[in-house]
Amino acid sequence: MLYREAGDFKTTYREDNQTFPIKFDRYRYYAVLAVAFLLIPFLINDYWVNAIFLPFLIYSIAAIGLNILVGYCGQVSLGSGGFMAVGAYAVYKLMTAFPDVSIMIHVFLAGAITAGVGVLFGLPSLRIKGFYLAVATLAAQFFLVWIFNRVPWFYNYSASGQINAPEREFFGVAVTGANADSWATYVFCLIILTFCGIVARNLTRGAMGRKWMAIRDMDIAAEIIGVNPLNAKLSAFAISSFFIGISGALFFSVYLGAVEVGEAFGINKSFLILFMIIIGGLGSIFGSFAGAAFLVLLPVLLKNLFVAGLGWQPDLATHLEFMIVGGLIILFLVVEPHGIAQIWRLAKEKLRLWPFPH
Amino acid sequence: MLDQAEAYLTADGRQIGPVVMEMKNITLRFGGVEAIKDISFDIREGEIRAIIGPNGAGKSSMLNVISGFYVPQEGEVFYKGEPRAHMKPYEVARQGIARTFQNIALFEGMSVLDNVMTGRLIHMKANLFSQALWRGKAEHEEIANREVAEKIIDFLEIQAIRKTSVSRLPYGLKKRVELARALVAEPSLLLLDEPMAGMNVEEKEDMSRFILDVNDEFGTTIALIEHDMGVVMDLSDRVVVMDYGKKIGDGTPDEVRNNQDVIDAYLGVSHD
Repeated sequence: MLYREAGDFKTTYREDNQTFPIKFDRYRYYAVLAVAFLLIPFLINDYWVNAIFLPFLIYSIAAIGLNILVGYCGQVSLGSGGFMAVGAYAVYKLMTAFPDVSIMIHVFLAGAITAGVGVLFGLPSLRIKGFYLAVATLAAQFFLVWIFNRVPWFYNYSASGQINAPEREFFGVAVTGANADSWATYVFCLIILTFCGIVARNLTRGAMGRKWMAIRDMDIAAEIIGVNPLNAKLSAFAISSFFIGISGALFFSVYLGAVEVGEAFGINKSFLILFMIIIGGLGSIFGSFAGAAFLVLLPVLLKNLFVAGLGWQPDLATHLEFMIVGGLIILFLVVEPHGIAQIWRLAKEKLRLWPFPH
Repeated sequence: MLDQAEAYLTADGRQIGPVVMEMKNITLRFGGVEAIKDISFDIREGEIRAIIGPNGAGKSSMLNVISGFYVPQEGEVFYKGEPRAHMKPYEVARQGIARTFQNIALFEGMSVLDNVMTGRLIHMKANLFSQALWRGKAEHEEIANREVAEKIIDFLEIQAIRKTSVSRLPYGLKKRVELARALVAEPSLLLLDEPMAGMNVEEKEDMSRFILDVNDEFGTTIALIEHDMGVVMDLSDRVVVMDYGKKIGDGTPDEVRNNQDVIDAYLGVSHD
């Protein structure tokens, strides 16, 4: 009853081309934005921001990035951790080299630098596909982590080999460093995520997205109708890495504050983001959010349930948490291989008819 | 040189123009196998040209040579009077040549509308920033090309399924969507690789009607491969017959039907 396109007439293609052509969807989207920007900042405390919101926002950006590459363009990548590291080290070098420039500009520049690196490591995709490409991007992962460990210039010759985020302000409010308020970090990341989400959605529903999907679904036919595969694949690598670089920059500067590259951006991170988009739904922007939420929230939820709720030992809870999350991932892939986004889609189909059966 | 004979009218009053594509002494080899042996023929503007022959005769290879996907070892291809240089497959589309495939090659993960819109990609040139913000050129292009796409969708009577995912469509409709995707690029030469394979009589009649309408309304030159003799003889203006990689007949349907070599190839010949 609530959710239907009947009576929602479009008289121009411009109206039909909207991101959310159905009214109910559109209002829901505005409501989510309003809650996220106007309500949540006043309600949250340190725990909520650091345990749930910051990781969710930052991983969502990374998941959107990887989804563009894997879900939309069909190029499998296991190098996301390495690309996040590029973003982190790029923003660190920029922050320390140009302290007077706004942190927002640095974050986007870090994304641009990562895009360049991504194109470089995307070159093999022009000759190899599938699993072989995954292995090639794995090389990127190990090489990038190695170089950030071995070349002291990247960590400004610090004795510990770590990088530490200095304090930087955005419109007079500290968003990085020890004095940053939790609400400020939340809003800062939320602004960037909103921007990334809109840009990703615009790209994927337009000419660029069709190019990527054509290459994904059938590359030979795509080429015959005039898609330049070099152009399409490398642009996917560039834009995907741009988002992943931004998420890496935020992960280091806003969320962690201090980073040791092997620990923060190891192969585990690559797999985590890949799981997010597989569980969330390949080829869906909503799926990127859903997958990030699932893998960030589930461990926190289980921990609270076991330790706070049932009073179990924390170490037992941690081990159980691993087992349950792992089990749920498998269950999920068996029950709905197309991810949460597909469940969402089916739910919407049902909602169109509800409460009538046909 | 090129035979630029005068334009003429067909019996049903369509204008047939000069030669658009000429194949001169084409030979194509795959290793030791000669798929095409020294074949010459031409395609005139506005005509429906059929290539027929038994299985393995080299018809699809011929179509791939025309579309620029294969480069013949010997011989020359003239397109619009110019000898064609070696080019990448994606550059061929920009020359105004579109094609459909024998085994449907649609983008299964996309809706019908998106599939048809991919055919317009060669006409969309907005830069990345305009696309990222959905402002300016990108938005205008999206709407302008949507209009062209919708015209073709109307023309091929697939309005009702425009937002359906291609993977859910039955075979006959998929073939039609593929035709739409090729047509929407506004090609000057349209290549159809067995457009009616695996269809029932009604679907074949629909498809024949669409092919004739396309030729009639848009003046598109069409080269097609087809196995159904009835269809070929009814649709086409001229027919090339191939067998074992060689050309054994070329002419109007009537001429070809009475050609002794063609009869031998199709019905067999006794060797006593």
